[in-house]
Amino acid sequence: MMLAINPSDKKTFQRHISEGDLVIVYERHDSMKAIKVQDGSELQNRFGVFKHSDWIGKPFGSKVFNQKGKFVYLLAPTPELWTLVLSHRTQILYIADISFVISFLEIVPGCVVLESGTGSGSLTTSLARAVAPTGHVYTFDFHEPRAASAREDFEKIGMSQLITVNVRDIQGEGFPEKFEGTIDSVFLDLPQPWLAIPSAGKMLKQDGVICSFSPCIEQVQRSCEALRSSNFTDIRTFEILLRTYEVRGGKEGLGTIEEGDFVGSLPRKRPYSNGHSSNVVRETASCVVARPCSESRGHTGYLTFARFCLTI
Amino acid sequence: MTDMVEKIVDSRVTWEGCSVILDINNGDRIVFARLNPSSTLKIGKKVCSLSPLIGCPFGSLFQLECGVNGPYLSRVSRSLTGASKSEDQNDCKTKDNRALVDSNTAQTLSGDDIDVMRREGATGEQIIEALIANSSTFQTKTAFSQEKYILRKQKKYAPTVLLRRPFTRSICEAYFKKLPARIGFLRMDTISLLLSMANVSISLDVLVVDMVGGILTGAAAERLGGTGYVCNTHLGTKQYPMDIVGIFNFDKAISSRIVRSSLSDLHLAKKSSEAHISNENLHSMKLLGNDGHSLESSNGPISIVKESLVQEENSSHQCSSTTLSSESEQSTSMDLDTCFKKCSNSVDENKDPSSLKVSKSLKPGRQASEEEIKLWKENGFTSLIVAAPELDPWNAIQELLPLLSYSAPFAIYHHYLQPLAICMHNLQVKQMAIGLQISEPWLREYQVLPSRTHPQMQMNSFGGYILSGTRVFNSESEQGST
Repeated sequence: MMLAINPSDKKTFQRHISEGDLVIVYERHDSMKAIKVQDGSELQNRFGVFKHSDWIGKPFGSKVFNQKGKFVYLLAPTPELWTLVLSHRTQILYIADISFVISFLEIVPGCVVLESGTGSGSLTTSLARAVAPTGHVYTFDFHEPRAASAREDFEKIGMSQLITVNVRDIQGEGFPEKFEGTIDSVFLDLPQPWLAIPSAGKMLKQDGVICSFSPCIEQVQRSCEALRSSNFTDIRTFEILLRTYEVRGGKEGLGTIEEGDFVGSLPRKRPYSNGHSSNVVRETASCVVARPCSESRGHTGYLTFARFCLTI
Repeated sequence: MTDMVEKIVDSRVTWEGCSVILDINNGDRIVFARLNPSSTLKIGKKVCSLSPLIGCPFGSLFQLECGVNGPYLSRVSRSLTGASKSEDQNDCKTKDNRALVDSNTAQTLSGDDIDVMRREGATGEQIIEALIANSSTFQTKTAFSQEKYILRKQKKYAPTVLLRRPFTRSICEAYFKKLPARIGFLRMDTISLLLSMANVSISLDVLVVDMVGGILTGAAAERLGGTGYVCNTHLGTKQYPMDIVGIFNFDKAISSRIVRSSLSDLHLAKKSSEAHISNENLHSMKLLGNDGHSLESSNGPISIVKESLVQEENSSHQCSSTTLSSESEQSTSMDLDTCFKKCSNSVDENKDPSSLKVSKSLKPGRQASEEEIKLWKENGFTSLIVAAPELDPWNAIQELLPLLSYSAPFAIYHHYLQPLAICMHNLQVKQMAIGLQISEPWLREYQVLPSRTHPQMQMNSFGGYILSGTRVFNSESEQGST
């Protein structure tokens, strides 16, 4: 459903919302929910009641109203939106780290990727998107209930043919021997990744890439030592963050705060983005200003990458 | 399709005619080359053949040796040039550099002595060992200092060539390090964000405005893996150069999915699009047909073609204030070659311009066919990426957004905040898109070594700005697709 493996799933002008589809209900930039469309069901939120039956037949991306005249948008699910709406069973990776990992691990369609731990499946979804349709993601978590929840989620978003979830303690047992020499990329998000690194080395093809995500620098140091001793080269460690900006525009520009409207990614008292208070389409502002948002993430984790090299 | 896709993934070993990236002396110099039996590489004053590299796995390391028949590249184990794995931590405490005086008298071997050794066939490693043995200060240095010394000597006497696979990552890093203006200063993390935010994945039709040399087109095509389409569009009549696409080792499946079309063609009804397409072909062939070599078929002595600056100036839209630094770099050791111009292919097909729109050319960058354009008009593109630092984002997006299907994500890369802020504001006001966000990626690399872990001293502080969002269907302001 999230991936256009079947041509009929492709989100186009022609593709309309049907029974059983997963939609992302966009209430505000910071408030979204994933809902399965079922004729007869209703969504109840801060704006009131919305009937699913009103949604069926409309194109994705539509603005739908309820009886009170309030509205929400119905979006097609993507891994990025999914990351924002999924239930957090563990700390998750966000788009900045996810996108960098996928590119740096050189994942393209057809790749076979190993991941441990699965956690909430935030990264797994993006990995699956990148390897589709002929590749596969084997993900391992040592926590049985979490693995089960992840499996359910992947089923829900239509990705289960690309992802296999297994319960296994990778730090203790390493990766399964059957994968030796067949893997293109490995991703580790473990408390003690150095325990898993030698096994990861056995799994990787020549020139395959590994990535280890660790919040603490001590973990990074130990991981790098382990990488050096296990035939890895090109060892590089990064951190990546996204700085967001808020934009304000108004006829008088700065100075008259009452006239000005805030357009930004952080919650504000007056949600300009939905304009529930006014249906008038404003003119384009003659003075628009932007500045960085004052709240942002300071740290998520260090990303350490390395290449496996057989020729040592 | 399975075969095609498997080939890309299994291509971890070089083959004759493949495109490679050569990393000389650990990043000092980066060369794009093709491995033909007659290809050569010049390091310093020595010219050596690249044929030993054919059939080797990517990631292999070679060292320049002086043999009886001249300089040659021999494959070596990677541990030779790496730092010693077990650092003696005690050394750090007892040794320091208080007694080291840089008077240039520490080395007793002279330049002539070294030349004699070379003529007698000494390997680079032997020369370095001799230098160490004849240095009066080497033993007094700390372990770290000794490592640095050895690395310096290696670069001079035993230069290494690392064979790298061309991928979005390696190509982007090479350009970003040496000639960033060519790719519009697109940093690796920025490209990854653009691809993710625009949800580039299989079977989708991605519309790109690529004024960054083709790297964005290539990156998107890589993710599509031979499915869907990457339509490289241009505003106006001049196509934007897409040479970098040739550096990726794309096979037929992927190359055939990279197409071009002018924005006006995409908007027009199908009847008048025919005339436009033939005009485009003539124009594009004039622009690109002069300088290229057909590398697949030529067996000429030198297959590393220098970048054609003249051609670039004609068709590039580089910001004038940023090309200065790159040009000065070009005169030194950097030689990023763009020897894979697609003009080589258009020269072959020069005979009949109208045939291009019918025949499914397998080279990347063929003109989009009528059927394809019609399909996109009916279905809409499934995502949009704009990397056009020279264009105003609001003006561009107004023409591009109507081509996107509803709920399709888009991402716009720009160097300047203000134009993006205005664009975002306008999209908001006109209710054309939701989930709008302006982000600036921040990337910092670390050096992680025992007792020496810290962020790297050098850092790039600008990866550009990205405006991302999702197109929405607003029945109040639109009547279906415009």
